[in-house]
Amino acid sequence: MAEGAPASKKPAIIRVKLEWCKGCEICVTFCPKNVLEMEGGKVKVARVEDCTKCMLCELRCPDFAITVE
Amino acid sequence: MFDYLPYIREWNFPHIWCSGCGDGIVLKALIRATDGLGIHRDEAVMVSGIGCSSRTPGYVDVNTLHTTHGRALAFATGVKHASPNLNVIVVTGDGDATAIGGNHYIHAARRNIDITVLLYNNYIYGMTGGQVSPTTRKGDRASTAPFGSIEPPFNISGLAKAAGASFVARGDVYNVKKLEKLIKLAIQKKGFSLLEILSPCPTAWGRRNKMGHPVQLMEWLRDSTVSMEKWEKMTDEEREGKIRTGVLHDVARPEFTDEYAKLVKRLKAEK
Repeated sequence: MAEGAPASKKPAIIRVKLEWCKGCEICVTFCPKNVLEMEGGKVKVARVEDCTKCMLCELRCPDFAITVE
Repeated sequence: MFDYLPYIREWNFPHIWCSGCGDGIVLKALIRATDGLGIHRDEAVMVSGIGCSSRTPGYVDVNTLHTTHGRALAFATGVKHASPNLNVIVVTGDGDATAIGGNHYIHAARRNIDITVLLYNNYIYGMTGGQVSPTTRKGDRASTAPFGSIEPPFNISGLAKAAGASFVARGDVYNVKKLEKLIKLAIQKKGFSLLEILSPCPTAWGRRNKMGHPVQLMEWLRDSTVSMEKWEKMTDEEREGKIRTGVLHDVARPEFTDEYAKLVKRLKAEK
C-alpha cells in the first residue's frame, strides 16, 4: 500500500509474528476497540472486524511483532 | 503499516530487550523519523556506549559503532569532526551518558557539536541488575538501595541546557507520535541536540517500585506526562509529580564543526 494513502474502508488485516511477541500486553491494553486478547502468553487477534486501523498497537509494540494494514 | 524490515538487521531479532521494554518503541520511532526525513542509510551513523539502550545500533542497518562504556559521545565527536556531512546519532542511557560518560556529555554540549543524542532514561542500571543510577528518583528502590534511594536525581535535560546544548527536549514511549516528531526536530537541529526519552525499565526498576507490569509503566507515563502548553497553565501544586514533555529549550548557537571550518579557512588565507 502506498505511504500516506487515505484509510480505506477495506477490512483490516492484523498480522502477529508470534515468534517475536514477548506477551507484554501493551497492544491488548491500549487498543481503543478491544480487538486483541491474550492467549497462552501471546497476543491473539480476537475481533478484527472492530479494528479502525488506528495503528496504536503497531506503533507501541516494542517487539516489531504486530502490523496492521 | 510501516515496513521496518529494510531498516533492521532481521537476523538479530527477536531483540534482547525484556518484555514490555520501551527501547524497541524508541527504535521504531527512530526508524520512522529518519525515513520521514529522507535520510539515506549511508548518511547516518549511530553510535552507542554500553547498556540496554546502547544495544540499539545492533538492530539497525545503518553505519553503526558500538563503543566503550560512557564514551559514545567521544567517538561520535571524532566521527562528526572527520565527516561533518554525516548525521551522527548517539544512542545512550542515563547511566552511560550521565555517570561514567558525564564529562563527555557536558563537554559535547558545551562545544555545541552537531550531534543528536537520544538519551533513554530508564531510571536505573537495568542490564547489570538494577543498581541506583544518576536518574533513580529519591525514595525509589534499587538493588543497591533496598530501602529506597537517598540521593536526589540528576535533571539530565537541565544539565544539557546549562552546559550549552542548543536543543533540549523530552519525550516518552507512551506518546509515540510525539516522540517521532521530537526525534525529527532533534535530528534537524544544527548543534548539540539532546532528546531525553522516558523508557522506564520494567524488570529492574518497575518490579521494585510497584510497577512490575509493562502496562503499569505505560499507564504511569500516560498519567504523569504533560505537554509544555499544559504545563505553562498549571499551578505549582498541579505540577507536583508531573513531567513535562516537548521542546524544553531551542536556541541558535555557533556550532563546533562550522567554527573549525572557519578557522581552517582563516589560517589558509593568512598563509
